[in-house]
Amino acid sequence: MAIKSNGLRGPAPSERPHPNERRNRQGIRIEPGSSGELQNRLATFSALVKHEPGVLSKVSGLFSRRQFNIESLTVGPTENENNARITLVVNENDTGIIQVKRQLAKLLPVIAVEELSRDAIERELCLIKIKNHFAQGDSLEELKELVDKNGIEILDIGDGMVTIEVRGGQRDIDDTIEMFDQFGIEEIARTGTVALERGSKKTT
Amino acid sequence: MSKSTNTNKEKKPEKTGPKTGAQAVVASLEKAGVEVIFGVQGGAIMPVYDALYDSKLRHITMGHEQGAAHAADAYGIVSGQPGVCIATSGPGATNLITGLADANMDSVPVLALTGQVPTNFVGNDAFQECDTIGVSNPVTKANFFATETESVGDVVSLAFLLAKEGRQGPTLVDLPKDVTIGEISNWEYKPPELPDHVEIPSVADEEIIRSAAATLIDAKKPVILAGGGVIKGDACNELYKFAIEFEIPVVTTMPGIGAFPEDHELSLKPAGMHGTGYANMALTHCDVMLAVGTRFDDRLTGGVDTFAPTAEIIHIDIDPAEISKNIHADYELVGDAATVLMQLYKEMGSKPEASEWLDQIKAWKQEYSIEYGERESDGKPRPQYIIEELCRATDSDTIVTTGVGQHQMWAMLYWTYKKPRTWVSSHGLGTMGYGLPAAIGARFAADDDQKVICIDGDGSFLMTLQELSVAVREELDITIVVLNNAGIGMVRQWQDAFYDHRRMASEYPWVPDFSKIADAFGAKGFLLDDVENVESTIKEAIGYKGPSVIDARIDPAENVFPMVPSGGANGLFALTEKHLEEL
Ligand SMILES: Cc1ncc(C[n+]2csc(CCOP(=O)(O)OP(=O)(O)O)c2C)c(N)n1
Repeated sequence: MAIKSNGLRGPAPSERPHPNERRNRQGIRIEPGSSGELQNRLATFSALVKHEPGVLSKVSGLFSRRQFNIESLTVGPTENENNARITLVVNENDTGIIQVKRQLAKLLPVIAVEELSRDAIERELCLIKIKNHFAQGDSLEELKELVDKNGIEILDIGDGMVTIEVRGGQRDIDDTIEMFDQFGIEEIARTGTVALERGSKKTT
Repeated sequence: MSKSTNTNKEKKPEKTGPKTGAQAVVASLEKAGVEVIFGVQGGAIMPVYDALYDSKLRHITMGHEQGAAHAADAYGIVSGQPGVCIATSGPGATNLITGLADANMDSVPVLALTGQVPTNFVGNDAFQECDTIGVSNPVTKANFFATETESVGDVVSLAFLLAKEGRQGPTLVDLPKDVTIGEISNWEYKPPELPDHVEIPSVADEEIIRSAAATLIDAKKPVILAGGGVIKGDACNELYKFAIEFEIPVVTTMPGIGAFPEDHELSLKPAGMHGTGYANMALTHCDVMLAVGTRFDDRLTGGVDTFAPTAEIIHIDIDPAEISKNIHADYELVGDAATVLMQLYKEMGSKPEASEWLDQIKAWKQEYSIEYGERESDGKPRPQYIIEELCRATDSDTIVTTGVGQHQMWAMLYWTYKKPRTWVSSHGLGTMGYGLPAAIGARFAADDDQKVICIDGDGSFLMTLQELSVAVREELDITIVVLNNAGIGMVRQWQDAFYDHRRMASEYPWVPDFSKIADAFGAKGFLLDDVENVESTIKEAIGYKGPSVIDARIDPAENVFPMVPSGGANGLFALTEKHLEEL
């Protein structure tokens, strides 16, 4: 079957005027020559949601479906037994961060959602299990010193392993993990960030 | 005892009120003003069907649940009220999903009711159990698992309300059998209210309105982009007033077809992948774009980098999440389309000075006319000509439904749409097989003297053909025109353009005779293969009272142009195969 002309006429693409201006991947107009690449940043959101079955799957489904980069997600009860609070840390550019908020707000069980201020109180808890090189003598002292200096608690010693608890901001925990890396970390469990606004400012 | 689906039932004595969950479900639909529902029976939904036995609600038994969902969708588009579909658990529910995904993409108000296994079986992989809530999460605006008999009626009422309020979309209520069978102690219908935390924006920020108006007044090359939200928000009159008063050319998206009369000189028809050359030129070169009720789908924008690269964008939408999602808006106007257009209207002291631009657009309309020349190709009538003839033979309120493919694009380009809610198609999901069940749904929503025409492809028609039985059984006056190119033409066109003519699985070595299929179903079949018979066949088929099918044999070599290759620059659309090679 031979393809024939369909009858349309008009100048070829190369014969038409065509603008040189461009938009970046987020659809923002950019200076000619610039890449217009937006930087990602970490943003913490607090979402007050109805405490009912299926909410978490709706939230996590939204994140995977829209390919939002999620660093952590926690969920737990609040002062009101009908509600739960979800705290989310995402790594996105500004367009993505606005999208996260607006898409979350559309989910019916989401009562309110806000991006928290930079000075909001953020805390995470982490358990780290390390090989017990400190079974006796000086090295246990060494561990205790390290632990005391950094506000870390020893939860369990024995069976060749030591389990410690670290609390702090996400960055503090990252630093602690790095510090203990030299001793041989066996297992880590982190809660993810929970956060509230400082002072009398309401979180959501 | 058999309840046929199309006879009016004699009046039953007045009941004191619903006694079971199922009866409450039906009562809620009746109170919401629902007149017709589309569905298929089955085990877990039987209690609700049993309650329908005593109801004035008209139930249309469809051939397949996908058909039920598409029929409800088209009903929603044409009437503006949620179309209702109903199915059993498991396969019934999963068969609805394509239709719900379609409605979700195109923001169409649809309410789906699905049966579910009894609550105490849920989670045990019971017979015909499926996690309908889980499966429907990504394709519904909201969904509900009914847990109590006492409140199931309220849940249905709320789902109905949510489907149509704000940005419209499909909602679903999953109905476990024990909940619908259960007896109610005391429930009465209450008009549903939105939950306290759900706010539907109406008026846009006045300050942004003022600055947007100032920008628009200063524009030298303004353009309006009207999306489906203009129609769904009933803002067509406001848009018309705005465009005429300030003399701004109007481009539409595909779902926006009908938002502005295409026979008006300010109309540029739809832009995008197969939009008109002049619409794509206008979007590419405008300096201010007023975009209303659109989500800037990639079939419209082409490559984001080259989309309206010189334009400041004023974006009106009821869903804030659509603003600056794909294309950054310089002026974000969240609110109801009609209300915000009038806010903006009031701020516009004068119209933009754009006479040069209007002349330019007139010139582009000439230069890139969609005139196709010959009426005939390879001895067969050309699809463009068939569609023009169909349009000529019918009134301007005629409803057109389509499948997905080349025929859909010809139906878009060569029919002149003058009224909202007359174009009923599958855009965002691009669902082949949408056309016929959509024609059925549209038929029920349309006025009796309105014509309904389905322009289909042979591939699309074959996907939901069984619904022809419904059209015959229900004596529906619809005309189906199959533009039969013996293959899935759109795919073949792409293979020729981008896969070196390697036509893998796109040409049918054999196609059934659709006119005979129509006859076998009890519809009226016509074979159309001679250009001289186009007018007379169309006249006869449209004149036939009942479902008719024209098997229109067209040249399989026909391609759709203009065309913007996917991700390409709108302004560099191809008008011929040769242009495509150049890109
Ligand atoms: C359900 C579904 N499956 C596959 C596709 C991919 N597809 C897009 S257009 C097309 C061809 C449609 O063929 P037909 O209905 O005959 O229309 P034509 O293009 O020939 O006019 C196909 C297969 C689709 N859109 N929908």
